[in-house]
Amino acid sequence: MNVHSTSPEFKQNAARALNDSQLQKALGNVKQGFIDKRRMAADKLPEFEALRDSARDIKNHTLEHLDLYLEAYEEKVKASGGHVHFARDAAEARDIILTICREAGAKTVTKGKSMISEEIGINHHLEAHGIRPVETDLGEYIIQLRNELPSHIIAPAVHLNATQVEEDFRRVHTHLDAKRDLSEPVQLLTEARAVLRERFLAADVGITGANFLVAETGTSIIVTNEGNGDLTQILPKTHIVLASLEKLVPTLEDVSQLLRVLARSATGQELSVYTTFSTGPRRSTDADGPENYHVVLIDNGRSAMLGTSFEEMLRCIRCGACMNHCPVYHAVGGHAYGWVYPGPMGAVLTPSLIGVDKAGHLPNASTFCGRCESVCPVRIPLPKLMRHWREREFERHLTPATVRSGLQFWGFFAKRPALYRLATRAAMGALALAGRQRGRFSWLPMAKGWTKYRDFPAPQGETFQARWKRERKGASA
Amino acid sequence: MNVQPSSGRPVKPRVGLFVTCLVDLMRPSVGFAAVKLLEDAGCIVDAPVQTCCGQPAYNSGDRGTTRDLAMQVINAFHGYDYVVAPSGSCAGMIKAHYPELFEEDPNWRAKADALAIKTYELTSFLVDVMKVTKVDASFDGSVTYHDSCSGLRELKVRNQPRKLLASVDGLTLVEMKDSDVCCGFGGTFAVKYSDISGAIVDAKAKNIEAAEAPTLLAGDLGCLMNMAGKLSRDGKPIQVRHVAEVLAGMTDDPPIGVAKAETVK
Amino acid sequence: MSARDEIFANIRRSLGVNGSEKIRQQMVADRLERSPKGVIPQRGQVSGAERLALFKTMVETSLATVTEVSAPAEVPQSIALFLRNHNLPATLRMGDDPRLNAMPWSETTLEIAQGPSEGRDLNAVSHAFGGIAESGTLAMVSGHENPSTLNFLPDNHIIVVSAKDIASDYEAVWNRIRFAYGKGTMPRTVNWITGPSRSGDIEQTLLLGAHGPRRLHVVVVRD
Repeated sequence: MNVHSTSPEFKQNAARALNDSQLQKALGNVKQGFIDKRRMAADKLPEFEALRDSARDIKNHTLEHLDLYLEAYEEKVKASGGHVHFARDAAEARDIILTICREAGAKTVTKGKSMISEEIGINHHLEAHGIRPVETDLGEYIIQLRNELPSHIIAPAVHLNATQVEEDFRRVHTHLDAKRDLSEPVQLLTEARAVLRERFLAADVGITGANFLVAETGTSIIVTNEGNGDLTQILPKTHIVLASLEKLVPTLEDVSQLLRVLARSATGQELSVYTTFSTGPRRSTDADGPENYHVVLIDNGRSAMLGTSFEEMLRCIRCGACMNHCPVYHAVGGHAYGWVYPGPMGAVLTPSLIGVDKAGHLPNASTFCGRCESVCPVRIPLPKLMRHWREREFERHLTPATVRSGLQFWGFFAKRPALYRLATRAAMGALALAGRQRGRFSWLPMAKGWTKYRDFPAPQGETFQARWKRERKGASA
Repeated sequence: MNVQPSSGRPVKPRVGLFVTCLVDLMRPSVGFAAVKLLEDAGCIVDAPVQTCCGQPAYNSGDRGTTRDLAMQVINAFHGYDYVVAPSGSCAGMIKAHYPELFEEDPNWRAKADALAIKTYELTSFLVDVMKVTKVDASFDGSVTYHDSCSGLRELKVRNQPRKLLASVDGLTLVEMKDSDVCCGFGGTFAVKYSDISGAIVDAKAKNIEAAEAPTLLAGDLGCLMNMAGKLSRDGKPIQVRHVAEVLAGMTDDPPIGVAKAETVK
Repeated sequence: MSARDEIFANIRRSLGVNGSEKIRQQMVADRLERSPKGVIPQRGQVSGAERLALFKTMVETSLATVTEVSAPAEVPQSIALFLRNHNLPATLRMGDDPRLNAMPWSETTLEIAQGPSEGRDLNAVSHAFGGIAESGTLAMVSGHENPSTLNFLPDNHIIVVSAKDIASDYEAVWNRIRFAYGKGTMPRTVNWITGPSRSGDIEQTLLLGAHGPRRLHVVVVRD
């Protein structure tokens, strides 16, 4: 079982989010920062668009040969002294991780930021078995204190303001002076650094995700700005890498192409501060590093996406650009989506992973403005894939009955041009007459959703086609 | 057929006007503005019997109905040199999406491709194909322009309307912040997810107001009705029109959402 | 069926393959063997003084500081000066890199500690495997010469890099690594470092020194 989802209640989640003034203020930060930074980074690199093509092609090639690259990767990890575990689903992955932690005699586990670890809900599982997981990415640490899911895939606490973080720190860091000043963000950062430094040094196992896995060398790669992922993986005796199958790329050259678009698309940096390539456990020539190196390769729905129209979604490198540019995300934030992955990428991926019956709202709650696709570094046609979900829903009769019957009614006329002309002529005439006084309606039956927030402009009256027939066709006929 | 040597297009091309269902039903004056602009540019314009491009069905996941409507449009318009729509959204539907509707039907795929190639959004057709550099119109005052999403991102319509607006006597274009950000319309989205749509159009309306231009223009009637409805609901006296009306100098009809009798300042 | 076998079976069923197709195997073997380069930005494709200048500019863009010395023997004095200028204690931890060991540390008053960090060091110095001009990145290789903990635990990290080891692009560094370690083999850890540690997790405000070093200082040694 995956972590619990509130995606079926998307509408209620969204309504709550829209009325949350604290959240709305925080979401302003997304609109401001990320977009300009990405644009500047892209503009500074003339080859950026060509690199996006290259990134897309590398991912496509890898997915088409995923079985073979996985074999090559597995062999290399083993040759470097590491262990590879395969997990069909979340439960299997949790069991494998728990077993490794127990073998290591772990009491505390530090964690680098990892979306797949959120997906499989590993933290609760470890806690339930007496092992304390400590998130070390500052944003993840904050939301762990609040027992929340991340609201953004690269900025997990983007929905919060500094005052909320201060309250959480005061609530949890009770060993510190209650009168300390935490009014500045830098003071919050310094406190988290000090608290987490002790956790890093005490941890028995470190768990990280992987931005990429390299088949050529059996290498796992993490990208961070804080350095927390590195402290997570080099200090404890055991390092566990969690990765879903599609993280694989063939070579170091290929990953270098992808790295050139990742940070630029995510934060607008040339490159994130730390890009770390790890291959196996500590060697005899090493002075530090983990003694045990485990990779848990997790399917959890990916292999079933291959060969379908949703295979393109497996190109995703989790940069967050789609949500940074999404007007719906800007309006409601990440939690409204109700599961691990928000925004446009979540709207496509979530139905694949937890079922379109649960997550059906997500691909429907889009204006198809196309801004996500226009910035996706691996050119995933996100609106098209959302539309595919709508088609699946329609085929499976999951589309709401009112929408279906409305479509049927409209389709009946739209497919019969002569009848359509007659019917619309009468309807628009009536509507124009009704709206003649004000030129607009502030309430209309059938369109309450529309008129709740805006007026409905009245039609001019005679339809174009009627007038055209009268003026032009009529004259020549 | 008399063909211009440089561009390969007919000297007097026959244009089928895809008027779009919204313009047909709600605001036919936009259609007649488009006809005037096309005729001024030297085209022979016809508007064959038509209903809808199929987008509502397409975006609701109903591929069957979409295909039926696409075939209807293909049949109605295949005989023209060009198909032009005063909408980036409907032109984008024909240009970018019709071909993929018939991936498993080579015969119809070929017909869809043939239609897609000759279909254009109005302002891009005028500028890119007919090489229009100046329109015969005047407009007293400043306007701000919203880039509708489909036209902007599917058809790269951005400079063409601005170029034509720059040639209108007396008109000043004031750019609003985030003119390329969605207005929240999204077809049935505006009704199905009205709360979110309401929040998005609220942000858009604030940017429109901040531009301090008394007139808002755009190239898609769906977006225009959404923004006009929001502005009037909020009591903002901003006139909203389709860009074609201003380019054609046909601004006698009241703006969108304003009654004939109502005096607009 | 084991999880591994079932996953492979599912992948192959979805892709409509059985895994033994010669053409596919050949394509994969070929890519792993040839490692084609892809798109290389022109920006870094300069040499000599121009490349060094680009590297320094990019290092500064990443919010690190950079200085240049004309010989290895000048490194200790330069580092001592850097620490003094920032009011930092005259302590320094390092591994046993032969290039660093050969430098005249005794000419300074720096108190030198050797070996990996246990998390209480203020200052450390490492020698880079190379630099990358394209992005101002330092490429670090793990080992007792330059323990990985020195890259992350100290508050202030100083990286020494030879000017001759500053490459145009990442791909050139991979070629050197392959030459040193063999094709398909990697050191345990390669760290690319581009600037000091930072976080934007609180209200998207950029703050330096999240978990790793607050300051990153690069000393380029001309030869």
